[in-house]
Amino acid sequence: MVARDDPVFPEAAPEAVTAAGRSLWQDAWARLRANKAAMASAVYLVIMAVACIIGPELTGHRYDEIYQAYTSTPAGVEAHPREAEIAPAAEDALKRARVEVKSVTVSGNQVSVVVADDEPVDERVVRYLDRSDLFTNANVAASTNGGRELTLVADVDRVRFFFGTDAVGRDLLTRTLFAGRISLAIGLLATFVALIIGVTWGAASGYAGGTVDLVMMRIVDVLYSLPFIFFVILLVVFFGRNFVLMFIAVGAVEWLDMARIVRGQAISLKRQEYVQAAEAMGVSVGGILRRHIVPNLVGPVIVYMTLMVPRVILLESFLSFLGLGVQEPMTSWGVLIAEGARNIEGTPWMLMFPSAFLVTTLFALNFLGDGLRDALDPKDR
Amino acid sequence: MLRALTKTAAGVCLAGLLAGAALAEVVYHRGNDADPETLDQHKTSTVSEAHILRDMYEGLVIYDPEARVIPGVATEWSVSDDGLVYTFTLRDDAKWSNGDAVVADDFVFSLRRILTPDTGAKYANILYPIKSAEAINKGDVMPDTLGVRAVDATTLEITLENPTPFFLELLTHQTGLPVHPASVETHGTDFVKPENIVSNGAYTLEEFTPGDKVVLVKNPEFHDAANVTIDRVIFYPMEDRSTCVRRFEAGEIHSCSDLPTEQMADLREKFGDQVRTPPYLGTYYYAFRADKEPFDDARVRRALSMAIDREYVAEEIWGGTMVPGYSFVPPGINNYEGGPAFAEYKGMSMLDREDKAIALLEEAGFGADNPLTVEISYNTSENHKNTAVAIADMWKNIGVTTTMINRDGATHYAHLRDKGDFDVARAGWIGDYSDPQNFLFMVESDNPGFNYANYNNPEYDALMDQAAAETDLVKRAGILKQVEEMFMRDEPFAPLLYYSSHSLVSPKLSGWKDNIQNVHGTRFLSIEE
Amino acid sequence: MLRYVVRRLAIAVPTLFVIVTLAFFLIRVAPGGPFNLERPLEAKVMENLNRIYHLNEPLWKQYLFYLGNILRGDFGPSFVYRDFSVKELFEAGLPVSIQLGASALLLALAIGTLLGSIAALRQNSATDYGVVGLATLGITIPTFVIAPVLSLIFGVWLGWLPAGGWGDGAIANKILPITTLALPQIAIITRLTRGSMIEALRSNHVRTARAYGLSTASVVVRHALRSAILPVVSYAGPAAAALLTGSVVVETIFGIPGIGRYFVQAALNRDYTLVMGTVIVIAIFIIIFNLVVDLLYAVIDPRVRYE
Repeated sequence: MVARDDPVFPEAAPEAVTAAGRSLWQDAWARLRANKAAMASAVYLVIMAVACIIGPELTGHRYDEIYQAYTSTPAGVEAHPREAEIAPAAEDALKRARVEVKSVTVSGNQVSVVVADDEPVDERVVRYLDRSDLFTNANVAASTNGGRELTLVADVDRVRFFFGTDAVGRDLLTRTLFAGRISLAIGLLATFVALIIGVTWGAASGYAGGTVDLVMMRIVDVLYSLPFIFFVILLVVFFGRNFVLMFIAVGAVEWLDMARIVRGQAISLKRQEYVQAAEAMGVSVGGILRRHIVPNLVGPVIVYMTLMVPRVILLESFLSFLGLGVQEPMTSWGVLIAEGARNIEGTPWMLMFPSAFLVTTLFALNFLGDGLRDALDPKDR
Repeated sequence: MLRALTKTAAGVCLAGLLAGAALAEVVYHRGNDADPETLDQHKTSTVSEAHILRDMYEGLVIYDPEARVIPGVATEWSVSDDGLVYTFTLRDDAKWSNGDAVVADDFVFSLRRILTPDTGAKYANILYPIKSAEAINKGDVMPDTLGVRAVDATTLEITLENPTPFFLELLTHQTGLPVHPASVETHGTDFVKPENIVSNGAYTLEEFTPGDKVVLVKNPEFHDAANVTIDRVIFYPMEDRSTCVRRFEAGEIHSCSDLPTEQMADLREKFGDQVRTPPYLGTYYYAFRADKEPFDDARVRRALSMAIDREYVAEEIWGGTMVPGYSFVPPGINNYEGGPAFAEYKGMSMLDREDKAIALLEEAGFGADNPLTVEISYNTSENHKNTAVAIADMWKNIGVTTTMINRDGATHYAHLRDKGDFDVARAGWIGDYSDPQNFLFMVESDNPGFNYANYNNPEYDALMDQAAAETDLVKRAGILKQVEEMFMRDEPFAPLLYYSSHSLVSPKLSGWKDNIQNVHGTRFLSIEE
Repeated sequence: MLRYVVRRLAIAVPTLFVIVTLAFFLIRVAPGGPFNLERPLEAKVMENLNRIYHLNEPLWKQYLFYLGNILRGDFGPSFVYRDFSVKELFEAGLPVSIQLGASALLLALAIGTLLGSIAALRQNSATDYGVVGLATLGITIPTFVIAPVLSLIFGVWLGWLPAGGWGDGAIANKILPITTLALPQIAIITRLTRGSMIEALRSNHVRTARAYGLSTASVVVRHALRSAILPVVSYAGPAAAALLTGSVVVETIFGIPGIGRYFVQAALNRDYTLVMGTVIVIAIFIIIFNLVVDLLYAVIDPRVRYE
């Protein structure tokens, strides 16, 4: 009943399919282009993908660079350190060298510190300033009292964290962008894998019917019931950690729902008059599946696909929990969101930014999916 | 059955929740780490069970609110000169919840039961110091050969295999709690069901619904019942620590037994001194595979260990809920005159430590042209991950390349136990009793289950044996200190942090005293609404 | 039809057998065992435990032993909840999970189809975008974020509802868990309904019905919804099986004594018997609901026949 082309009404006859090639795709493309929401979404997705690919190189921070001085820094545009933080940080850094800090003066981008000890101070003490994330180019400006008192001068290194930092002090903007590479890849590729298997399996099962359907669907039932956690653990044990395995693990579970939905449609479609007519005319099974069944599945399949992408991206974080999936210091949106959810009240930015990236990407995917469905719908032309 | 009980208890509990003080009944809503695996004191192994069993039963000796050993069912005891025979005098007013008297034979029955192999006691080994206990547990001799004897109804005599100066500490563990022999004989393993259970502590079991709660009610037969002010304790399993915090904040819970350390800064700000983080008897460490190149070289292990900035990990990664650790035995432990033997680099500045680490690595043949690569294995958890990430960054400073690998807990520990191929692995140890032996025994060469490092040092083993034979506590402490010096020289494990216990305690709850064992018997607490 | 049902029920037995067999070996091949804990066990103690639970015997013997037991209706003792048998655990937890899951499912079906239909009828309007937007949000925000946020807002800040706990099944304690369970399902069902409804509204028979001047409501309910509901029904089968067997996230965060926790906890703790129990329970639910779905196909579309 979900048929789009119905021979009873000639104006909706399958001319679209027979005219194929040129007009089908060109028409679809033309209509997609006319759909503003879909086009804006496509542009957004491209920007997001580009940002994730080249963005991490442009933020000024490496994705795995730890700023010990800036753990869990809130998001903001201001530069760190703030003026008031400079002097205490210098004292802190030098306290670790076990010398006495006599005075700290901050002037613009420079800090000058006077340290003293009972014995001549080792000039290597400047390393303690350099080691701190706040200072660079530390050197000894003056040495008095036979080396027992040194004046150290260092530049203040200013950095910005627009999205804040995580619990170990890594820039969240860089990590969010970097994470997008993995999440987008797994979201799209694993969904694609699930789509191919699910549609083929479901369409074949639903169209064939009878015993074939019975057996094929029982296989789906069996796979549904097996404990996924053990499946993942065994994958890791026998094949090690591998990016490809993630797709297999995710694809292996996610195609099941797709197969059931597609089969449901196929069962209904094959009773349609035009399919039976094609059968009567001796069109091969493959031909019927290709020409009548699969094209009429596009709608539900596209919708379900847009539902699957976020599931896949979040499922990935569970795989990481079991040791499959991304390993530190790499990360993904799913992992970042799971980390952020652990301290919603204390460090909300750690949840907000990765979530925002994921949500907006999915908005775009949804509108693009809807646009595609409309563009490919033969009845609308 | 469970559902039926749930239904009947519904009204009472709900009323209790809503009206609290209006009813005369005082209810303590107590957050617990998890569901107990069992309420059979002989099969138990977890801390969450210990909290519940401590309320339900009373052993020969017990912990007071400050975790000092005080008389329990035994009012007094004497030890023979050779330290082998303990004679306990039991109180004559000790009663089971069904009114039966608690007699010496109950303890004989109980100790034999836990050591019988068929009981499947996870912690039977705690009681191995008792004569013949180990042989019984292995199935070599019959349980009635155990060195425990009822002289008369109120006199119990326990004979040990070797002098064990921490034996009284051992008896405070839940494995030393008695069972009611008649119930066990009638109901078998079902004696723990609420309708069958008979206990001798301040409380007795009313309901246990997994995932929901364990409800204990006051035992009127308890000898000190007059001083027990809380009528009902409800233990809630809080697998998700944040849930406990939210419920605490909403006033539904009086105390949490653990906290989400990720939120520590926030929690301290919000709850102030309701957040309690006293030191705990445990050490968080990294185990090296000490029988595998290049980690069989003590210089490599030391270099890696000394390059770790423990203060940073404790303060920044763990939000100050852990204490930087420079010894394997945590400070504050009993029977350890003078405290632990710390690593010699404890007082050195971080950069000097790094210089020294680089020098040590060079001696061992690693440098810029031949960098050392290390893989850290850890069981999945936010804090373990952050700790590993931070340490990898510190090792970068001494020219070491680090990768990380995480696994789920069961896989991780099976991997360690089966001596899988790892370089450095995270682990932790919480002492079962307050004695340095309970830490230092881990890397004895004949202790395969615990010695993840595969450390094999005959000298170390010999000193441990010498300490075991020593009855003079001060001399023994001296020997154990030598052992630990050896430990900190060779570092089969790199101790990183000492644990703290993390609790959230409502101001309404009084009598809660911070202590190193994290024991808080409900009978010593009271609630003012 | 009856013959079809009988055949499906007959094939359920070998299906279950295959599931049990595959799952049994899958679980046992995985590294780690029920006694590999953070706190290691003494070697002799471990030996005793392995003997008591027959873990020291060859795998095929254990398998036959297990098969024999489940044929007698004995699912074994749990390794982690040592005071309970697997059967007792399910008897206590399953009703709770079913109750919450069924409420969430019905709520999701009602709201989801309604919202989806409204959005489809006003395609590309502000209402439509609003609904699609909300649905996208509902799908994207994981339950492990929704649950604590709801608990924080309604339990802690506003104090209207309990922040957690089961409260012996009091209604107030169920509201947040059911909402959390239902939200993503509402979102998914809304999306599915909207998509297929748009197509159904364009189909010729609906156009014809409209041309005859039937009211929108009657067209939607009598004609369009009938065919639009098909993907929702396909989805609802497995979704019902998943919902009725509980959710680990919701149960842990709200402290609900259902069986959802067992799926993850038991697996991570290698509680072999409890994992097998969860596998059998989910398998039975899957088999039943997929049969129901297949029968519903025939009800919705009379042309569908099972020979």
